[in-house]
Amino acid sequence: MRLVPLATPSPARAGLVTLAAVAVALLVCALIFLAYGASPGEVYGTMLRGTLGDPVGLAEVARRTIPLLLAGAGLALAFRAQFFNIGAEGQLLLGAVFAAGTALFLPLPGPLLLPAMFVLGALGGGLWALIAAGLRRVGVNEILSTLMLNYVAVSVVTYLIAGPWKGRDVRGYIYTDTFPQAGFLSVLPGTQVHWPTLVLGVFVALGLQWLLTRSTFGYALRVVGENPGAARYAGLSAPRVMTVVALITGGAAGLAGAGEVAGIHHRLLEAGQLSLGYGFTAVIVAWLARGNPALCLVTAPLMGVILAGGDLLKIDLNMPFRVVDVFSGVILLALIGSEIFVRHRVRLGAGA
Amino acid sequence: MDNVIVEALVRALAVGTPLLLASLGAIVNERGGVVNLGVEGLMAVGALAAFAVAYPQGNLWLAVLAALAAGAALAALHAFAAITLRANQFVSGLALALLGTGAAGLLGKRFEGFPLFNKVQDWTVGGLTISPFTAAALLLAVLLAFWLNSTRGGLTLRSVGENPAAADALGVNVARVRYAAVLAGGALAGLAGAFLTLSYRASWADNPTAGLGWIAVALVIFVGWRPLRAIAGALFFGFLYYLQFRLQGSSGIPTEVFSAMPFVLVLVVLALAGLRGQQGDAPAALGKAYVRGER
Repeated sequence: MRLVPLATPSPARAGLVTLAAVAVALLVCALIFLAYGASPGEVYGTMLRGTLGDPVGLAEVARRTIPLLLAGAGLALAFRAQFFNIGAEGQLLLGAVFAAGTALFLPLPGPLLLPAMFVLGALGGGLWALIAAGLRRVGVNEILSTLMLNYVAVSVVTYLIAGPWKGRDVRGYIYTDTFPQAGFLSVLPGTQVHWPTLVLGVFVALGLQWLLTRSTFGYALRVVGENPGAARYAGLSAPRVMTVVALITGGAAGLAGAGEVAGIHHRLLEAGQLSLGYGFTAVIVAWLARGNPALCLVTAPLMGVILAGGDLLKIDLNMPFRVVDVFSGVILLALIGSEIFVRHRVRLGAGA
Repeated sequence: MDNVIVEALVRALAVGTPLLLASLGAIVNERGGVVNLGVEGLMAVGALAAFAVAYPQGNLWLAVLAALAAGAALAALHAFAAITLRANQFVSGLALALLGTGAAGLLGKRFEGFPLFNKVQDWTVGGLTISPFTAAALLLAVLLAFWLNSTRGGLTLRSVGENPAAADALGVNVARVRYAAVLAGGALAGLAGAFLTLSYRASWADNPTAGLGWIAVALVIFVGWRPLRAIAGALFFGFLYYLQFRLQGSSGIPTEVFSAMPFVLVLVVLALAGLRGQQGDAPAALGKAYVRGER
């Protein structure tokens, strides 16, 4: 077998390869479920029936889609600049922290509170990503730094809710007081779908796509990502591009965190309850979209099905929620492994 | 006073052992030019494989073998993606970490909370209790340093990591050497996991690695890809864990400061290594797929 490079890989080819990769991943996951002692048919059946098969399930998928869309669209942009931000999880948590701090402690007039929560939430996430961008300047790989910052962010949240921000009337529990009513985001009746964040996510995804493909900055970003040498030659400052990219990708994850606390929890609570691994799943959302923020409008709901389905597996089949990590790992591995088949044609048989 | 020092040393050695084993593994595969961020996942499956074979009264040697095999098997996925399919090594490693911790958590659920009855017995040497794993790790570090620097095999591995095209021109099968390095690295990470469940804790709990794998990855950079320095680095981080345990509750400092400390320190240490230009010691072809005829 040998691989022949293709001059111009078509989008259709990329789509087909992606589909095949996901199919292979689902097959591999099925084998792991067999090893666990669950029938793959039952696992996939439960996931599909409980997510796409009924209105409550669809609402759950939508709820999971919101943070995935925001964080994923930001990551898609970052990946194009070769800024491998794996820390959306921590950036989301910091967004939630900043938004919660705004709601609890800033004396703002009612109508201003929600916008302020989102603006400061974005700032919190952006600043957290900025640390990684700064460290990259001294040669620290951002995959490592953003991962470490995820762990640190969890400690920050735990410290706040168990320490200085612990609610006055929550007794033994560790979470903050409930936000004032003005900090509650409206939801679709009977669901936890905070639709204003969903609308925001759609705008962010489309806006970032525009930024990437139509603006001067987007052009600089793509050049820096695809050919750092040429970028230097053209006088483009890679560190400056990275700083802006970090603020955008972290800021988008921060918006997701703000949405979660304003729309669902109405207080700051444990990291494990704030995010169900949205940050890691968003990496796959961005990778599936092949670095196109707008395509996250398709890939975020797909991964939303997996997250909502994982929840069902926990409840209905008593499987550990880590099953979601298995899905994420296998899908990610299949995706990046398949990349080569987008740009190369396989020719069977030997020969030079 | 003596007791405090001895206790600190014993605990630093204990936590340092998985860090040392895993980073030795990572040094092997990174010296060959392949980055592996999946150490956390490799350790997790090693830990599970060892526990599953040893539980409740199984053969401990078989358990160690199972851990080696499990680590190598999972690492083989990374090797295939990174070497044969030329995928992004960093992201492939991340996927491996997710898959490994996820699979270990899923398949290990049936053992949750179970203790191991025949844990690996510690040795007592001059008042110091150490695990045989610790002794093995120290010995391995010395052997690996010798092998890398003074043998033909070590030279071959390093040449593949520094300049695969030149190695290829000299008739070295680059892909085969890299596969071997990644599998060996995976096996060592699996061994690190086996230490956790057969010796350190001797029970199964979800997430037995608790971030140690990530610290091992950072440690490799910190020690400049050198096995002997890895001993000192592992002891250093082991000591930090001891301090965390020791100062918790008694110092008035919030516990979260201690739980975040290893990760903050890794960042500080990496930044310092970066500022000192330590990254310059990285194998030149690290993280890059090798395609014959391409530069």
